[in-house]
Amino acid sequence: MDLFEYQGKKWFAQYGIPVSDGDAVTTVDEAVAVAERIGFPVVVKAQVQVGGRGKAGGIKLASDAAETRAHASNILGMDIKGHRVDVVWVEKASDIAEEYYASFTLDRAAKLHLGMLSAQGGVEIEVVAENDPDALAKIHIDPVDGLTEQQCREWVGAAKLNLDATEGAVDILMKLYTAYVDGDADLAEINPLILTPDGRVHALDAKVSLDDNSVFRHPEYKEYDATQLRDAREAMAHERNLQYVGLEGSVGIIANGAGLAMSTVDIVSQVGGAPANFLDIGGGANADVMAGALEVINSDKNVRSIFINIFGGITKGEEVANGILQALERVDIDSPIVIRLDGTNADEGREILSAHLSDALQMQPTMLEAARKAVELAAASSGGGK
Amino acid sequence: MSIFVDENTKVVYQGLTGSQGRFYGKINREYGTQVVAGTNPKKAGEEVDGVPIFANVGDAVRATGADASCVFIPAPGVRDAVIDAAEGGVKLIIVITEGVPAHDEAWLFNKLRRDFPDVRLLGPNCPGIISPGKANIGITAGHIAKPGGPVGIVSRSGTLTYQALYELQQKGIGVTTCVGIGGDPVPGTSFIDCLSAFEDDPETKAVMMFGEIGGTSEEEAAEFIKSSMSKPVVSYIAGVTAPPGKKMGHAGAIVSGGKGTAAAKMDALREAGVLVGMNPTEAGELMAKVVAAL
Repeated sequence: MDLFEYQGKKWFAQYGIPVSDGDAVTTVDEAVAVAERIGFPVVVKAQVQVGGRGKAGGIKLASDAAETRAHASNILGMDIKGHRVDVVWVEKASDIAEEYYASFTLDRAAKLHLGMLSAQGGVEIEVVAENDPDALAKIHIDPVDGLTEQQCREWVGAAKLNLDATEGAVDILMKLYTAYVDGDADLAEINPLILTPDGRVHALDAKVSLDDNSVFRHPEYKEYDATQLRDAREAMAHERNLQYVGLEGSVGIIANGAGLAMSTVDIVSQVGGAPANFLDIGGGANADVMAGALEVINSDKNVRSIFINIFGGITKGEEVANGILQALERVDIDSPIVIRLDGTNADEGREILSAHLSDALQMQPTMLEAARKAVELAAASSGGGK
Repeated sequence: MSIFVDENTKVVYQGLTGSQGRFYGKINREYGTQVVAGTNPKKAGEEVDGVPIFANVGDAVRATGADASCVFIPAPGVRDAVIDAAEGGVKLIIVITEGVPAHDEAWLFNKLRRDFPDVRLLGPNCPGIISPGKANIGITAGHIAKPGGPVGIVSRSGTLTYQALYELQQKGIGVTTCVGIGGDPVPGTSFIDCLSAFEDDPETKAVMMFGEIGGTSEEEAAEFIKSSMSKPVVSYIAGVTAPPGKKMGHAGAIVSGGKGTAAAKMDALREAGVLVGMNPTEAGELMAKVVAAL
């Protein structure tokens, strides 16, 4: 799960990483109150999980209460690349001598943790990596050993930061590594990490992504889950514990297993259709799970046909077929359904379904033929509205 | 022959006393797998469906000669369970459990590499491994796999693995071993480990490799195929149409920063001489042609 800047800064602060004094607010009056408490000048920052918010006018300096009020009222409710600003972070403005970049992430190829540090911060690090790879100092860290202060110091040296920043950078990077490991982060990034004219090193931004699988160790992360960005369909699927990703097309997709679901999305595209979603209902396909999945798909107003693609493994074909039929009794579906059922006892399952087939519930023998039929049905009904 | 497991493999099930462990332990045993023991520190001395339960893997190994373990322990206990298995003396540890934190996986990979270099970890978050007709360890439905060979299968996804087995069975093509390496960011066993074992296995004449978006393991596999494999490889990559930044069900299946796309993986594989199907059925058809020409 991805944190907003304000959540990331509070997360940093728990590990002793210096951040500017500030607070997150949702109203103009609160923004002014925070600014008056911490003292001017302040920076008012839009909280959105998308790059380029500064250019979009989402980051403003305010030297008094009136300016804070003006900026906060402009920024709250602003649309930045399709993301509405509901929260602003108001913090004490910092004097900046230099801007750096620092991050820890998992290098999947090396199977080691990867630290990246650059004297060129405040810009997109992918651009630095592309144009001036030598400006990016990398360190691989064995998770069993962790990061020693000596290694960290050499790494900071290799990044050629201002010498005045060395001690502060080593201190912050050691703390950032601890946060990354103890906090089970996929990514812990500070960009920019700044050196102030009076020689302090300080995190001016926070980009943190936490591992969803680690929530059992961090029950407090449930609070972040509540602020995750999900469209209405994704929120509905999340409530039903379904793996769902919303897409833009008209063919609703239900499959069992992540790989098969991905493959189903692909194949619908390959035969000229547009998938409305990725939806993995997991290994089995009982009536409860199937009904939940159909409810989510049915709530998508773009859907014109539904493709249910089930491969029965341990779950037998007749159980899958009965599950689908029971689910259909419980949910009123607006779009025609095409089923492909294969695998263990597929013949028995198809036999059960065959007594219920109609224009609204069709069956095809293979994944490819089912995809073609679902795409054809979506195209045929796309002329009329629902 | 087969790779990693066969009819002589003796397996201890960590978590045999839980509902999942008991269910699949029984199914695996009915398939013919030597399910020799289970572990549960609180239930040592008891039995589950006639299989003895030990306090830890070491005790199970001493009493039964188990040389592999299969882990059905919930995610919070996986790290300790794998270390218990490695210290207990088994040489193959298969972790079916999903939802293991990526940092635990990275730690385990490096801990095993250093302290237990002859131990193979398969998974986590994988369907397991089946050498048809010999042993089935994990959650694969055994009867969708035709025994015999000449094809070896390796896949990152569970249901796509079943699809692959089924496509081949429908065409009357047998399988030596089918390995599900799992869809997590740091799998214990890689494509290359499996490709290398298949290359060395005389009964495997061709390999089917099913990958998906995210990471670079397919690209690394392509390098290996180009440099070190003589046997034909047929591949399929899922997730051609996946939007960037979204995890497609598996923790490891994500296109981020323009990296890990299906297109890049298919290009790398084609470049290495691999036949790439655009869907599982097409991959099955390509494999049928390869087998016919062997």
